[in-house]
Amino acid sequence: MASRTVDPLAPVTVVVGPEALLSERAVAAVVRAARQAAPETDVSEIAGAELTVGGLAEHVSPSLFATSRVVVVRDVQDVMDDVGAALVAHTKTPVEEIYLVLVHPGGVKSKKTLDRLRRAGALEVKAERLTKPDEQVAFVRAEVRHAGGRIDEPAARQLVEAIGGDLRGLASAASQLAVDAEDGIVDTDLVATYFEGRAEVKGWVVADRAVEGNTAQAVEQLRWALQTGTDPVLVIGALATALRALARLAGSPRGVRDADLARDIGVPPWKVRVLRGQLRGWTPAGLSRAIRAVAAADLAVKGGANDSTLALTNALVQIGQARAA
Amino acid sequence: MSVWDTVIGQSIVPLLQRTAADAASMLDGGSAGAMTHAWLFTGPPGSGRSVAAWAFAAALQCPNAGCGQCAECTEVRAGTHPDVAALTTQGLNIRISQVRELVPRAALKPAKGRWQIVIVEDADRLGEDAADALLLSVEEPPERTVWMLCAPTAEDIVPTIRSRCRVVQLRTPPYADIATYLTTSEGVDAEVAAFAARAAQGHIGRARALATDADARARREEVLRLPFALDDLRQCLDAAASLVDTAKADAERHCDTLDAREVEELKKALGAGTTGRKPRHLDAAVKDLEREQKLRRTRVQRDSIDRALVDVLALYRDVLVVQMGVGAELVNDEMRPSLDRLARSSSPETTLRRMEAIVAAREALLANAAPLLTLESMALTLREG
Ligand SMILES: [Zn+2]
Repeated sequence: MASRTVDPLAPVTVVVGPEALLSERAVAAVVRAARQAAPETDVSEIAGAELTVGGLAEHVSPSLFATSRVVVVRDVQDVMDDVGAALVAHTKTPVEEIYLVLVHPGGVKSKKTLDRLRRAGALEVKAERLTKPDEQVAFVRAEVRHAGGRIDEPAARQLVEAIGGDLRGLASAASQLAVDAEDGIVDTDLVATYFEGRAEVKGWVVADRAVEGNTAQAVEQLRWALQTGTDPVLVIGALATALRALARLAGSPRGVRDADLARDIGVPPWKVRVLRGQLRGWTPAGLSRAIRAVAAADLAVKGGANDSTLALTNALVQIGQARAA
Repeated sequence: MSVWDTVIGQSIVPLLQRTAADAASMLDGGSAGAMTHAWLFTGPPGSGRSVAAWAFAAALQCPNAGCGQCAECTEVRAGTHPDVAALTTQGLNIRISQVRELVPRAALKPAKGRWQIVIVEDADRLGEDAADALLLSVEEPPERTVWMLCAPTAEDIVPTIRSRCRVVQLRTPPYADIATYLTTSEGVDAEVAAFAARAAQGHIGRARALATDADARARREEVLRLPFALDDLRQCLDAAASLVDTAKADAERHCDTLDAREVEELKKALGAGTTGRKPRHLDAAVKDLEREQKLRRTRVQRDSIDRALVDVLALYRDVLVVQMGVGAELVNDEMRPSLDRLARSSSPETTLRRMEAIVAAREALLANAAPLLTLESMALTLREG
């Protein structure tokens, strides 16, 4: 990205745009470059609204000890007019080894000052939101490259589709994938595997094991799902949906075509056969008992049970017993 | 006719009338008597809390103790009296900005020389911040200012404010009083009025709906079929699904137009569409509003389910009455044959267990449990008996 390709060390840098990830990176790039040039570099941060002309003079005056300094002014759109003028004046006559970074979120406030800073020779780094999918895809590819890997276009696109436009999410997924990939090559298969661990999926696995009567595995999957941050409510939803579908199938008349059954139960047609398999071993009384156990777990979790793992494990055990009964 | 005619079945009315008389004598330089500056009207949903507050407001403004005919009474009733302000909310919470608008109003001298009255309906929806903003004004109001707050129970109000208020506790109005009101004020046929009052179990608004709206009656009948359609697993799930669907439809009826209108008004207020340029913050403001609307929809849905459960609960209570052979009045008297059948096919212990299951479901929903799952579980428990 811009902050990585341009030599970041200018006397005055303006970082303009609302995308926090990019503007933070731009600030960090200046600090890094300054420290590379002079390891003892001092870094200070000031809020624009609190900056005074006198304060600015103090920050940017050459000091006796002549140390290198980075001064970051956050929310520069909030500076008072006289401070704005002082910033422009400083930009025209910069001081050696003093690096000013002015962070502006974009928008119209203090736009005049911004223009005058540009004309005075400040280096501009953009931190715009990436709203177009193509930009997001390009961002992902650059991120993976930066992490030492490679990703082709379809895989990057798949990642954007799965995560959405949140740059932080994309950045962390990209670096994770680059590390996970053999030879650093990220392809669509790897992206798919990466997302198999997603929350809803984990809930479904727990539910499938439970209604199949495989209580031990269901409990094991539950522990894994909750440990990796799956919301217990998602697991409860999956259990309720699975049992509801079985109960509806159990109660439907014989001789109905699969397609009609699927519509009636509210599942895709291929699922009907899976459900038939799962239904073996269940009685209506057992299903009734299982559904009530899940409802009890839901209430325990919503009611602030301090151990939702216990409440859910209890439900899984009861489902197992209900099936065996 | 008097302003008190709208207050149904409340034995507290004479006390409020005496207070209004005290207030009048206070205006003439007499003693304050029972009059005070902050009132809290409490009572179960449908008991007429805010109606009572409005009647009291009219009685205070009226030179003839709430005659119901004079200009003051008429203006208060129409909501146009310059010295009666009201804060109502459709939302989940009263916004602090609403309170801030109201507080200066409470400090004004009454334009017509009697009382400056501020009514806060749904005061239980005052968040802590909003309550704080209100506190100073309620604690030490100007001489002629009267606050009237309404809430289900006194515990619903933050203690600092509660302790400043005199509490007016309303009761569930007797069925006979509601029926009389429906026949005299709404022109409802006596038999329908009696049915509606009974079926609504003392909830005035619900009784009015049942008496005047055929759809509301039909929906109630549908709900009351539930205990008779729990033969197998499939029927239980269907019954639960149908309760949830009905509640969703209820919420749509209640919220769809309201939501759209609110968004439209917000956009207008923020100046969208006038200059062609989209004002900043508009999207964020609309998003905030939509989030609040979603919460309201959830609440409306939950209320609708709860109303249905109250109806089903009353049906089982009727069954129990039949089983115990006590001569108490039945809420669902018109269903006697079906009730008798249900009573014969089960024991009182079973009926009690079923009632417990319904109460448990109501409590679970209040604790934010998943509606469909909760009702499925309830229906299955009812079936098991
Ligand atoms: Zn009057």
